Amino acid sequence: MAIDLDTPRAEPQHVTPTPIVVTRDYSTPDRIFRGGVQVSGAGVFVLLVAIGSFLAWYGWPAFKTAGWGFFTHSGPVTPGSSSGFGVLASLTGTVEVAFVAMLVGAPVAICTALFLSEYAPLKTRSSLIAMIDLAAAIPSIIFGLWAFFELQPNVVGFSTWLSRHASFIPFFKVSSPPLNASIFIAGLVVGIMIVPIVASICREVFSLAPAGEREAALALGASRWQMIRTVVMPFARGGMIGAVMLGLGRALEETIAVSIILGGSYKVTTEILQHGGSTISQLIATNFGSGGQLGLHDLLLCGFVLFILTLIINLAASAIVNRSRSGAGIDL
Amino acid sequence: MTTTLPPSSAPVDPDRPAAFAGTHVLGEPGQIDADGVCAWFGGRLVLESVDLVMEKSKVTALIGPSGCGKSTFLRILNRMHEVVPGAQLAGSVKLDGIDIYGPGQRAMETRRHIGMVFQKPNPFPAMTIAENVLAGLRFSRISAPDKNDLIEESLTKGGLWNEVKDRLGELGGALSGGQQQRLCIARSLAVKPRVLLMDEPCSALDPTSTLRIEQTIKEIADEVTVVIVTHNMQQAQRVSDYCAFFLAEENQPGRVIESGRTGMIFGEPTDQRTFDYVNGQFG
Amino acid sequence: MTTQTAPQGVLVTTTSASTQTPSSTRPPDTERGPAGGSGSGPGSDEPPTPPRPRRLPSPIRPSSFGAEDVFLLVASAVSALCLVWIVFYQLTSLSGGLGFLVAWYLTFLALTWLGTAQVIERQVATDRVVGVVVVSAALLVIGLVLFIVVWVAYKALPSIHWGSLFTKDQKNFQVADPNALRQVGILHAIIGTVEQVLIAVAIGVPFAVATAIYLNEVKGFGSRTVRTVVTAMSGTPSVVAGIFIYSMLILTHVLSYSGFAASLALVVILLPSVTRVVEEVLRVVPSGLREASQALGAPEWRTVWSVVLPTARSGVVTAVLLGVARIVGETAPLLFTAFGSQVINWNAFSHDQGALPLVIWSDVRQAQPVLIALAFQAAFVLMSLVLILFVLARIFSRPRGRKGGTRRGDSRPVEDDLMARMFVPVPIEESTDT
Repeated sequence: MAIDLDTPRAEPQHVTPTPIVVTRDYSTPDRIFRGGVQVSGAGVFVLLVAIGSFLAWYGWPAFKTAGWGFFTHSGPVTPGSSSGFGVLASLTGTVEVAFVAMLVGAPVAICTALFLSEYAPLKTRSSLIAMIDLAAAIPSIIFGLWAFFELQPNVVGFSTWLSRHASFIPFFKVSSPPLNASIFIAGLVVGIMIVPIVASICREVFSLAPAGEREAALALGASRWQMIRTVVMPFARGGMIGAVMLGLGRALEETIAVSIILGGSYKVTTEILQHGGSTISQLIATNFGSGGQLGLHDLLLCGFVLFILTLIINLAASAIVNRSRSGAGIDL
Repeated sequence: MTTTLPPSSAPVDPDRPAAFAGTHVLGEPGQIDADGVCAWFGGRLVLESVDLVMEKSKVTALIGPSGCGKSTFLRILNRMHEVVPGAQLAGSVKLDGIDIYGPGQRAMETRRHIGMVFQKPNPFPAMTIAENVLAGLRFSRISAPDKNDLIEESLTKGGLWNEVKDRLGELGGALSGGQQQRLCIARSLAVKPRVLLMDEPCSALDPTSTLRIEQTIKEIADEVTVVIVTHNMQQAQRVSDYCAFFLAEENQPGRVIESGRTGMIFGEPTDQRTFDYVNGQFG
Repeated sequence: MTTQTAPQGVLVTTTSASTQTPSSTRPPDTERGPAGGSGSGPGSDEPPTPPRPRRLPSPIRPSSFGAEDVFLLVASAVSALCLVWIVFYQLTSLSGGLGFLVAWYLTFLALTWLGTAQVIERQVATDRVVGVVVVSAALLVIGLVLFIVVWVAYKALPSIHWGSLFTKDQKNFQVADPNALRQVGILHAIIGTVEQVLIAVAIGVPFAVATAIYLNEVKGFGSRTVRTVVTAMSGTPSVVAGIFIYSMLILTHVLSYSGFAASLALVVILLPSVTRVVEEVLRVVPSGLREASQALGAPEWRTVWSVVLPTARSGVVTAVLLGVARIVGETAPLLFTAFGSQVINWNAFSHDQGALPLVIWSDVRQAQPVLIALAFQAAFVLMSLVLILFVLARIFSRPRGRKGGTRRGDSRPVEDDLMARMFVPVPIEESTDT
C-alpha cells in the first residue's frame, strides 16, 4: 500500500501487513511419489473397511435367521427348527478364558515390567527385555503344544486340589472328572501369552515417569517401593489401563492355543475347572471345513463379531493411553 | 524402630514429646563434616579430596563454575549420589559425628535427617498441597499428632502459607514455579531435618520468587543447617555465612580451592583463582 | 599433569590437604581448604608446580542389600518350607505339588515381611517383600520362556532323522511301518511356509514402507485417520484375517485354496505391524538430514530415497526380519486359505499347500506317535526359525558405531522399542503429531 507523499500527513497511516501465501509447487516425479504413498495410505483404510464389510455381508444371512438369539441361545442349527445358530456357550467361554487370563497374566506382567524398568541391573536390562519380547514372538501354536503336553498334566492335579478344597467359590465346583481340557487351563496358557504384551507397554510407560519426582521422593526418605507407589504408578495409570485392555483384546482373540486345549462344547457353564468349553475363535477354527456343524454364514458372523469386539477394545485402549499423562510423554 | 543416629542432647520440646519418637529430636540443626570425599562416575574421577565442615545453624554456599562437582558433592551428603548407576564415592561424611556411610547405615534413614530441594521444582502432581507437605512423614511412617498445625507451620516456614491457606486441597502441580519451589521447601521442612541441602533452588525461577526464597533461607537457618549450591555469586553473598569455592581445572577432577567465611572469600581470598572467580574473570 | 585415576593404594606423599582433625570444634575463621592438586589455574602466572601425587582412597558403592538381608531371606525361605510341610503333611490332608509350591511361596512372603519388620523396620519390610514379588514374577516369566524353547528342542531332537526331515513329506506314512519316521518328513511344510512368507513379504513390505513414508514424511490430510486405521488393524485377530480372505476371494471363486491366498492373509497381519515399526524407525532419522537435503534443492522423493531410507536402512531390515518372525508362526489364517496338505506342492498359486504351523496343528492330536513326533520336529524347525530371525533382528537393529539410534537422549535403545512395536498392537504415541 503506497503512502501518498503529496497530501499533508495528519497521522501516519497504519498498514497491517498481510502475509504472502506460499504455495508448494511439486515437480512431476514428486507428484507421482506423493500420489503413490497417498494411495498406499488410502489402501490401508480401504482394507480395513473391506474386512468389516465382507464379514458383515457374508454373516448377514445367519443373523437374519437367528436374530438376536444368536447371542442369547446356545447350540447348533437343528434341522427343522427355525432358530438359527447360537453362540452363547462360546461367548461365555470367551469371557471366562479372558477373565482367567487377565487374573493370572496382568499382575505378573505388571510385576515383570516393574522389574525391567526399576529393579533390573542396567547392564543386563537389554538382554532381559529381549527375552520377554521373545516370549511375544513365540508362535501361539507352540504355546498350545507346550500347554497340551506339559502344562495340562501338571495343572490337572492343581485343579483337583482346588475343586476339593476351594469349592466354596462357585467357579471351582466340578460335576465330574476329568479336569483336563478345561477353561481354566486354556485361561492359564493365554495368561502366559499376554504377559509380554502387557509388560512391554507397562515397561515403556514406567520408564517415562519423570526423574525429578522420583528424586524428590527418594530425597524425602522413601523406599524404592514407596517411590514407585507415589510417583511411577500414578503417572503410569493411563498406560497401565491401556496395556491391560490390550492384553484383554489379545486374550479374547486367541485362537490356536485355546483350540488345542479346548474340545468345544455347546453347554453354557461357569465351572471353569471342568472338562469342556468353547470360545468364539475356537469355534471358528475347529468348525471350518467338513465335519463342522457350523454353517459358513454362522462362521462368518462369528468372525465379524470378533472383529468388531477387538476393534473397539484396541481403539479404546489407544485413546486411553494417548490421553493419559504417561502416554503423552509430557513432563510436568 | 531403632534409630541409628543418636538423638541430640538438646532438650526435647515439651509440647511434642512423642511426635517423632524414635527418629530424632525436632528443631535441632546438625553439622556435617566431610572428610576426603571423592566421587567417580563410571570409573572417571569427578571430585577429589573434599574436606569441608558445614557448621550447624549456618548457611554454607558451594560456589564455582558449572561442572566442577558442586552438585555431585551435595548429593553425596544425603546419599543421593549412589542412586545413579555406575556412581562411586570415597571418604567419610559425618552428621553430628556419625558417618552416614558407615556399616549398617541405611540411605533412607539418612535422608530423613538430611533433606534436599532440587533445581527444578518437583511437587507430586497427583497429590494435593496438603498431601505434598505431609509426604515425607508418610514415607518415614512418622505420625504427627496434629497434621494441620504441621502443615501450617511448614508452609509458613516455606513462605507459602498466606498464598495457599485457602486452597490446600488443590493439586500440587497447579501452582506457579516459585510457589512450587516453596512448596518443595515446606515439604522438606515438614520432617524436621537437621540439614537442608539446596541444589541451585532459584536458577529456574524469576527474581521475585528468588528473593522470597532467599528470605526463607535466612529465616530457617536457626532450625536447620543449610547447604546451598549456587552459581549466582551475588546470591551467595546475600544468603550465606560460609562459602566453599569449587573448581575443576582442565582434565582435572573438581576440588575445593578455598573455603571460609563469606566475607573473606569475597573480600580477601587467599587463592588467585578464587579472586579471579569472585571478580567475574571467568565462570 | 597427573592422571585422575591413579590406582588405589598408590602410596605417595600426600598434599597439604588432610591436616584437619575430625573434631567439630574447628574454628571456622582460620579454615582453609586444600590448595588443590598440581597444575596452574586460569589467570595464574606462576610456573606449574611439579605434579604432587596423592593417595586416592578406593571407591566404594554403598549397597542397601548386605549379608544381614540375605540371611533374613534365606531364613524366611527355610522356615516357610518347614511350616508348610508340617501343615500339609502332618496336620491336614492337603496334597499336590503345585499347591504346596503356592502355599510355600505365600508363607515365604509373609515370613519375610514379619522378619524384616522385626529386625529392621516396617518401611524396609514392605519394600523388601515387594522386591521379592517383582523379582520372582520376572524370573518366572523368563524361566517359562526359556523352558518352552528348550522343551521343544528336547522333545523333537531325539526323534529327528535329518535325512528324511527335509526331503520327504507325509504321503508315505503307513501306521504299521516300523521305519515310519524315516519315510516321512516335512519338506512340504517347509516349501509351503517359505513360499507363503516370501510372497507375503514381497507384497506387504513395500506397501508398509510406502504407508510409513506417507505417515511420517508426506503427511497428507488423511494421515491421522490412516494412523488410527493402522493402529486398529494391528489388533485384528489372525483368524479374522484368514476368514476375510476366504470370504472375499475364495468363496467368490476368485482364488482357490492356495499358498497365495495364505500370503494375502499374512499380508493383512504383516502390514500394520511393519508399518508401525518402519514409521518408528523413520521418526528417529534426524530432521536435520532432511532439511539439509531440501536446502540442497532435492525434491521430496529424492530426499526420501537417498537420504532418509538409507539412514533408516538397518531399522527397515529389522522391521522386515521381525515381520517375518511374526507371520511365520501364524496358524489360524492358513486354516482357511492354504488349507494344509500332506504332499509337496511347489505351486503356491493353486491347490492346497502345507505349512509348518499346519503340520503341527493337524498332527498334534493324532494318536500315532510317529505323527506326533513329526509335529514336534516341525515345531522345532519353526522355533529355530523364529529364534534365528529374532537374533538377526537384534544384530541389525544395533546402531553401528555412533549412538545416533537413541531417542529422547536417555539410555533406552531403540531396538527394545522395535521389538515391542512389532508384536504389541498399540504404540505409545509421540506428542509430535501433525
